[in-house]
Amino acid sequence: MGLIEFKNVTKQYKNGVTALYDLNLDIEKGDFVFIIGGSGSGKSTLIKLLYREEKPSKGTILLGGIRVEKLRNRSVYKLRRKLGIVFQDYRLLPKLTVYENVAFALEAIGEKKSNIKPKVLKSLELVGLKGRIRDYPENLSGGEQQRVAIARAIVNEPRVLICDEPTGNLDPVMSLEIVQLLADINEKEGTTVLMVTHDKDIVNKMQKHVIALREGHLFKDYKKGDYVDEVL
Amino acid sequence: MKFFRVIGRSLRDSLKSVGRNFSLSLASITCVMITLIIVGVALIITYNVEDSTKKLKKDLSIFVFVSNDADNFDITSLETQIKGIDNVDKDYVKYKSKAEIKKEMMESNDTFENIMENWDDEENPLQNIYIVKVIDSNRIGETATAIKNLSKVSSAKYGEGMVEQLLLAFNGIEKFSFVAVIALVLVTIFLIINTIKLTIFSRKREISIMRLVGASNVSIKLPFVFEGMFIGIIGAIIPVICVVYGYYWVYDILGGKLISDVITLLKPSEIVFKISIFIVLIGGIVGMLGSASAVRKYLKV
Repeated sequence: MGLIEFKNVTKQYKNGVTALYDLNLDIEKGDFVFIIGGSGSGKSTLIKLLYREEKPSKGTILLGGIRVEKLRNRSVYKLRRKLGIVFQDYRLLPKLTVYENVAFALEAIGEKKSNIKPKVLKSLELVGLKGRIRDYPENLSGGEQQRVAIARAIVNEPRVLICDEPTGNLDPVMSLEIVQLLADINEKEGTTVLMVTHDKDIVNKMQKHVIALREGHLFKDYKKGDYVDEVL
Repeated sequence: MKFFRVIGRSLRDSLKSVGRNFSLSLASITCVMITLIIVGVALIITYNVEDSTKKLKKDLSIFVFVSNDADNFDITSLETQIKGIDNVDKDYVKYKSKAEIKKEMMESNDTFENIMENWDDEENPLQNIYIVKVIDSNRIGETATAIKNLSKVSSAKYGEGMVEQLLLAFNGIEKFSFVAVIALVLVTIFLIINTIKLTIFSRKREISIMRLVGASNVSIKLPFVFEGMFIGIIGAIIPVICVVYGYYWVYDILGGKLISDVITLLKPSEIVFKISIFIVLIGGIVGMLGSASAVRKYLKV
């Protein structure tokens, strides 16, 4: 049994659009997975279902033993504490410094004060920003801001790191750096990483487990090293 | 421990937020302030009216005038009959003979003394009376009529007309203060809802990040509820000062009574502490209610 399982998952939105059809997936612990596909393929819906921003219309989703679709709104936080989430637009708080932005995630879940500093520094070291802790987001480059967002996502040592187009706003060099950083975290910390992207160069270069979606269906599930660039 | 950390963080955040959105908070605080000043005045009026009503009701008696042709047996049996009437306070049916009344009147006033000193028992035009107190003052009229219908009773008076009007006026004042306070409290709740709504919108990004990193609903909502409470409590400070000093001032100017000795004011020391506590409590509770409702309505977590 994998860490993440989708069984016959269908998602239809209230406006009648069906984003995913009868999807079955199995992702192992410690895996690094790219989720690719064109616009409207259901990539973003898939990860929204995973962090329970949306609920499936049919089917079951299991994440580390939690039945995600059965979670009540007031219990969603229990799932989110097992996840780290990174977005294309970084979602940092502009009035807080780099250190405060990362510490914010721990304060919000009621972490002990004495634990916050070492955890934040460790996580910032991992993303290579230990020297910038007093800077504000506006003084950082896009790549650096995304590193802060990643540091915030991993500071609570999540089991799964979900990244929704984290390189969407970055140039190719910086994009590769960020993906390499995610791969390092996956390797060193054993964190399972799910990354939604439309950047085929990166997917090609990294040769990881790739799930390709097309119009809401699972198009192909390429095992590690099997990916070949093709039109989706 | 974690629970206290969440509470501590919520308190800190809510205070920060009051400061950060100070112009917004100030509008709510001012509104709470005005409301609570009126609430305070209404409370003072209510306490005084209640006290005066109580005193009035306590002093309310029916004077039963016994017919001059009643003999001793009739007088004794009349007492039993009066005590048998529903609503009569059986422990307070007092007989006063006309001789006693004459004596009391002569002692109270020289003019009376001069006039009355030559009256002997036969000439004394006064009447023997029973002074009767009732259990329910609202039914004093019907009780007086029942007594009046007994034999050997020439009349039964209790200051009809004036008493009813006074009680009616007191009741009216009490009801009006109550309605005014409720209306103002509702307006305040509405304003606090708006303030918290704007705070929630201004912190939307922060809230969405809190949700993503796994903050529980309670820890997201609590700072806003505390913020409402702080706005309420801060807004209560000036009203407390106004009410306390204002009432001492009014009491001194009026010399502790209103219009005449009939209506006396409660001593400030007896009520200002109670009212101050009440104002702060109302401020805090109204603030919390307003923000809780805003959080429920606008904070979808």
